[in-house]
Amino acid sequence: MSSLLSAPSALREDALRRLKREMWARAVKLGLRSWVGWRRGFTSKADPQRSGRVTAEVIEHLERLALVDFGSLEAVARLEKAIAFADRLRAVDTDGVEPMESVLEDRCLYLRSDNVVEGNCAEELLQNAHRVVEEYFVAPPGNISLPKQDEQEPFSHI
Amino acid sequence: MAALMLRWSCLGKRWVLACIDGGSRHGRGAAIGLTSRRKRGQSSVAQQPLIAVQKSRKGEHEWAAVVGLEIHAQISSNSKLFSGSQVHFAAPPNSLVSFFDASLPGTLPVLNRRCVEAAVMTGLALNCRINKKSLFDRKHYFYADLPAGYQITQQRLPIAVNGSLAYSVSVGKKPSQVSTRTVRIKQIQLEQDSGKSLHDEPRSQTLIDLNRAGVGLLEVVLEPDMSCGEEAASAVRELQLILQALGTSQANMAEGQLRVDANISVHHPGEPLGVRTEVKNLNSARFLAKAIDFEIKRQIHELENGRKILNETRSFDDKLGCTMPMRDKEGKQDYRFMPEPNLPPLLLYDTASLPPGADPQQVINIDWIRERLPELPGKTREKLIQQYGMLPEHSFTLLNEVGLLEFFQNVIKETRAEPKKVTSWVLNIFLGFLKQQNLAVNESPVTPSALAELLNLLDRKAISSSAARQVMDMKRGNPRAINKLIGLVRKATLSRADPTVIKEILERKLSS
Repeated sequence: MSSLLSAPSALREDALRRLKREMWARAVKLGLRSWVGWRRGFTSKADPQRSGRVTAEVIEHLERLALVDFGSLEAVARLEKAIAFADRLRAVDTDGVEPMESVLEDRCLYLRSDNVVEGNCAEELLQNAHRVVEEYFVAPPGNISLPKQDEQEPFSHI
Repeated sequence: MAALMLRWSCLGKRWVLACIDGGSRHGRGAAIGLTSRRKRGQSSVAQQPLIAVQKSRKGEHEWAAVVGLEIHAQISSNSKLFSGSQVHFAAPPNSLVSFFDASLPGTLPVLNRRCVEAAVMTGLALNCRINKKSLFDRKHYFYADLPAGYQITQQRLPIAVNGSLAYSVSVGKKPSQVSTRTVRIKQIQLEQDSGKSLHDEPRSQTLIDLNRAGVGLLEVVLEPDMSCGEEAASAVRELQLILQALGTSQANMAEGQLRVDANISVHHPGEPLGVRTEVKNLNSARFLAKAIDFEIKRQIHELENGRKILNETRSFDDKLGCTMPMRDKEGKQDYRFMPEPNLPPLLLYDTASLPPGADPQQVINIDWIRERLPELPGKTREKLIQQYGMLPEHSFTLLNEVGLLEFFQNVIKETRAEPKKVTSWVLNIFLGFLKQQNLAVNESPVTPSALAELLNLLDRKAISSSAARQVMDMKRGNPRAINKLIGLVRKATLSRADPTVIKEILERKLSS
């Protein structure tokens, strides 16, 4: 913009016209996208469970992976609303913009010197454990698999 | 007349089930001929020589095996990758664990500079491109020895990519028949180690020791350019030597500092790759080749009997000599990778891009590290061959045996004998002696000075070659040999010396 202000007036007018055109095109694109996104969101809101957006299979898969319990239809509906809300990010035009990997990207990653400064607190750590055997934490043997979906309790209807 | 037998042999990139007449060279030669013709691009059946057609009538099947490796090497550092607790092999359980390692809430990871340097050194030694920007991610899975429920690794953008590792394999019965192969390195990444689980089956519980949790690991991913157990074992051995030469890892498989997972599949040459299985936790150099070869044979056997290979994870039972499916790894794992929110990108610099006035403790200069790389095994072998005129296979043996190179160099320093003589003595007689007595070089009763002295005597022709060998015999405690030596000394002193005095002196010298 600063270069625009310092240019001769004829050139300035040309550039301004071009800029207006580009901004208008972007606004149309933006409007179109958000309208489409809104429509998609609207469809899912109207028909949460049966639209197939978040199927029972996906819920079961997520429950195993993250060990959370979606216990009720309402919880699943809330999940779908959250997804629809996040989906609106797609309305933003990100062509030619590098994705941000971390909000910390401008910060320096601190490098620690290779010295031993912690440890030797077995007693403190084991205090938290439910069961202890000779300074070892005790855990059940291997992973206990979750029961399959049909063996599970059905959703409690609120 | 030896009976016809069917044998699997790994010839270059082909697994050939060949009918071999008692292992006669004719059979092998024909099979090699067939392979090399294929390599040269002739394909139609009509063009194949008569011998090959006869072979296929006898039931020759050609399978190609494809082996890729994921190698985890524990970084040799004082403290762990993201915390200040100590890295040490044997210690009371849970005594080398900080609050972060135990994943207590409110703790954050702080990157260890030494681990980054180790990763850069290893990347440079393996001809990789070092990524000036690399990122950390979380890999989620549940297991009792992973207290956080995730492992911090570098999945999206690792610290080093696209390298190569050269190794050598024997291609014939003679030790001089060696061929150099190269395996591409897909990437090298920094990641955390998990704790240790001790399974207590009778009491139906698992005991967890977190001393190892959080120790820095270098994961080196080798592309599937290998085709059998021997190639994989040789590549791992060479990587071990490189890591030890760099000092980035002690790479001792017995102590769990080097762990290998193999990805194995088989297919007919020219057809697409087959379903692969993963054989995990190959922790011994001896069983590495065995496990891979067994798995290749198992897959070929299954496919030839019309069954399918499952994409599963297996472990090797060394007592039974076979691979078994692992209990907890059914189905495809979804690790839900996400960026590690507590760590900014890792930025590395070179001399050109180094920010002026930066704190040297806080920046890592790739060029600076490259200039100070120690000598790699390949270079050491080259120098040995040039300096002492030894054969390539000798240089391999010298480097392969722990401590042997140092021993050899110490003998060379103290002796006037010709290097070729020293090489021959060290590799044949001395090494043979050690192997017979089942000793490591550092347990040898014969010191470099003693061997140097012996070789000097030999050189001066003061003693004969057979006498020198007898001295080695004596070190084995052979009493008859001692008496023989007494006899020789008496002869040398023209029977003027007292036998008992000679015996005393000799025994003193031999026990020193």
